[in-house]
Amino acid sequence: MFGREFYVDPSRCIGCQSCLKACEECETHRGVSMINFDFVDREESIATAAYVCWHCDDPTCAQVCPADAIKKYEDGIVGSSLKPRCIGCSNCVLACPFGIPKLVPQYEQMMKCDMCYDRTSAGKRPMCATVCPSQALAYVTPETIAATRREKPVNTFWFGSQKITTKVYMMAPRDAGEIAIDVADYTWEGENELVLQAF
Amino acid sequence: MAKAAASLDELQRRFGPHLNYNPPGGWHSQSGQAEEKLVKTHCCFCGQQCGIQLKVRDNRLTGFEPWEEFPFNRGMLCPKGVKRYLQGNHPDRLLDPLVRTAGGFRAGSWDEALDFTARRLREVQEKYGPDSVAVYGGASLTTEKAYLMGKFARVALGTRHIDYNGRLCMVSAGTAYKAALGVDRAPNPWADIAKAEVLMAIGANIGECAPITTDYVWRARDQGAKLIVADPRFTPIARNADLYLPVRPGTDLALLMAMLHVIVRDGLTDRAFIDAHTTGFEKTAQSVEAWNPQRAAEVSGVAPEAIEKAAHLIGESRRAMLLHARGLEHQSKGVENCEAVVAIALATGNIGREGAGAVMITGQGNGQGGREHGQKCDQLPGQRSLTDPAARRHVAQVWGIAPEDLPGPGYTAVEIMNAVHRGEIKGLLSICFNPLVSLPDANFTREALERLEFFGVIDFFLSETAAHADVVLAGSLQEEEEGVTANVEARVIHIQQAVEPPPNARRDSEIICELARRLGRGRYFSFQTPREIFEELRRASQGGLADYYGITYEKIDRQMGVFWPCPTLEHPGTPRLFEDGRFFHPDGKAHFMSLAWRDSGDPVDGEFPVYLTTGRVVSQYLSGTQTRRIGALVDQYPAPKLEIHPRLAEQLGIRTGDWVRVTSRRSAITLQAMVVRTIRPDTVFIPYHWPAGRSANRLTHRTLDPRSKIPEFKVSACRIEKAAAPAEGA
Repeated sequence: MFGREFYVDPSRCIGCQSCLKACEECETHRGVSMINFDFVDREESIATAAYVCWHCDDPTCAQVCPADAIKKYEDGIVGSSLKPRCIGCSNCVLACPFGIPKLVPQYEQMMKCDMCYDRTSAGKRPMCATVCPSQALAYVTPETIAATRREKPVNTFWFGSQKITTKVYMMAPRDAGEIAIDVADYTWEGENELVLQAF
Repeated sequence: MAKAAASLDELQRRFGPHLNYNPPGGWHSQSGQAEEKLVKTHCCFCGQQCGIQLKVRDNRLTGFEPWEEFPFNRGMLCPKGVKRYLQGNHPDRLLDPLVRTAGGFRAGSWDEALDFTARRLREVQEKYGPDSVAVYGGASLTTEKAYLMGKFARVALGTRHIDYNGRLCMVSAGTAYKAALGVDRAPNPWADIAKAEVLMAIGANIGECAPITTDYVWRARDQGAKLIVADPRFTPIARNADLYLPVRPGTDLALLMAMLHVIVRDGLTDRAFIDAHTTGFEKTAQSVEAWNPQRAAEVSGVAPEAIEKAAHLIGESRRAMLLHARGLEHQSKGVENCEAVVAIALATGNIGREGAGAVMITGQGNGQGGREHGQKCDQLPGQRSLTDPAARRHVAQVWGIAPEDLPGPGYTAVEIMNAVHRGEIKGLLSICFNPLVSLPDANFTREALERLEFFGVIDFFLSETAAHADVVLAGSLQEEEEGVTANVEARVIHIQQAVEPPPNARRDSEIICELARRLGRGRYFSFQTPREIFEELRRASQGGLADYYGITYEKIDRQMGVFWPCPTLEHPGTPRLFEDGRFFHPDGKAHFMSLAWRDSGDPVDGEFPVYLTTGRVVSQYLSGTQTRRIGALVDQYPAPKLEIHPRLAEQLGIRTGDWVRVTSRRSAITLQAMVVRTIRPDTVFIPYHWPAGRSANRLTHRTLDPRSKIPEFKVSACRIEKAAAPAEGA
């Protein structure tokens, strides 16, 4: 979409929550924020992480939806649930390996980041990435990221044996490859593709 | 007599703070109505003055759009900026002038309120003398309004005493830069930060208090810059620091003197620069000779090795920048602290070039512009001295008065409150200032307010301070009157009027001019528009340090801001100072200032063994008069918490969420604890944005820096104990 992609870099995040507030202000979100935000462990650290939907190439949320309410658009954006179809069952909420979808009680509907579809489809940047004062959330071209950042964009994630590739990139240390989050992913299980690659 | 006009409960029921969450008409009512326009202007909160587009429909703010073309913030905004539009159409907004009654306030007519204000001010002055009345201004006012307040005090009232809440913010840095460099301004444009190869942030919680600046710091890091952070708290930017210096509150000077000591000892000075462009180096070098890293480590709690490393990082770089803010400045040696920072920049030749310099991070909305044109007690427009005969002649001529009719310098903000308390000042007119929350030792401030014979306030919400007023003149929000401000980098920018004030509220400048007329001085205040005030300000500033003569509203719009000094209409403005090696003193040199250690005014001891330091959170602005009324911002951080290290918390049996009583030599408050490893074990932190029983400033003390007269908000002594939950509403 106009050559720009979405990059998430929690190491830049200052915890200001501007993204959360700005998401509410988007014309199509109208008071509901789709940003996921956490203090990682406030007692131990100031570290915070703000992130958006990763917009999977093969979205688990859509796979498990019994009502076929979650659609991926041609440009790779995975939308919020379609209001007429969503039955509020929370299958997607439970199944998403990233923990992104939320059931919004007042609408009885799953809602999640749609990458400001109204804005991005018209050539604008998503609201969160536009306002983010630390550019922990950035919507720029791959060339800009390569030229300006020390970290490397990664969009392949392992959750156990489930390999997920995403439209949104995580900024990782230069020497990082694909990102696995379970210690089991690093232990020898014979079949594990990542470990095979590592050796 | 100025006790609060009614019970706190009753005042809160009527005037708030109530929480505004939704745009006018709600989130779903916006389509198909009157046409929406976007107004390119700036955020009203903080000295970054981010560009923003306000959405306006039917004379109401309905939201915002990022303004990506504005070069300073390129669309970026912190949560305050995102939600700032919700201060419009607010249920707490003062819609009429308020006149005090026995049981509270009633709406009055403008004639009644203005006549009463003018009459009482005159009565007090006739009875006790012209200087028995003082004026408080504010650094969130546009520069036109700030200029007008200075002229009003001196020409309409004829009092010496005008000062402003910038006295609680920028004055230590301003005094130091004036003394060392000859001018009170951050010398570098912010673009320089991204070009530095070493950055040191000292006493500057950039992530929370100047959020947009984070992007500049991160961009420098992306290019390999080293980041040094000195702060008693592990602030959000400290997470990415190459070197974190956990300096004990009030001991930054020891750290800085030792850094200079190492720079001199190890030959990291730029001798050619020092010889060509500075004076006083030898004396300053002598003053730090005894401050070796070992001694500084004992005082500051920063390891000697870390001090050595910081000094070498800066001393070995030709592109080093030192950034400082309130942490350094809110001390009884705030000026020396800043002079030490400037001395390090000068000694290493890191000034006047791209990516090299010492810069203050101005905090308040118009913290820079609000202190340039005569709102300070000792200053005339153009950053001129009130005691300089040539300056007095120039400004008197622009104003059409005789130089001898200009009063001399008066008291500073805290000194004014002290004079009110002791009965010397009997009348006060205040705008854009909430001293009951923002001045130190809040109980003293309340006692002082109760002693006033007349207290008039101009404001758009009824602040805690305004509750003590005899009359409250319903003024205007930032977005209701055109004007200029100067942002953190001294870029003069254009504030647009986006909406009209409510029908029976008035623009601040109209109120001031109308008061001047009723005081019989109308001929000096015949301004019809802010533009007319600006035109006079341009002339009044002409030839001064902060020379605005070459700046016009149209030029600001064309250039996306004009950096002062800008002496002629053809001049493009001055983004970076001292590029030619000339400083603003008459001798053209920068002056090294000698450094001497002093203890804090409120030392820790056996009875009060813990350091208390105060500051801000990202979702609130200053005394909270505006931001404590915006729902989303209040939800983000609803009430002050005590940050305490687990080591101290364990000794006291305190866990996160426990109620604790914090007692200083002044008073005690009760609040909830937040046990975190991100603060020194000998220090606790409380943000200061709240009033009454939640006010950190009930605990702070009134010791001032002897030169800047800034209070020592960042260093108090206290003790902590577990407590029962406070009664509701305390």
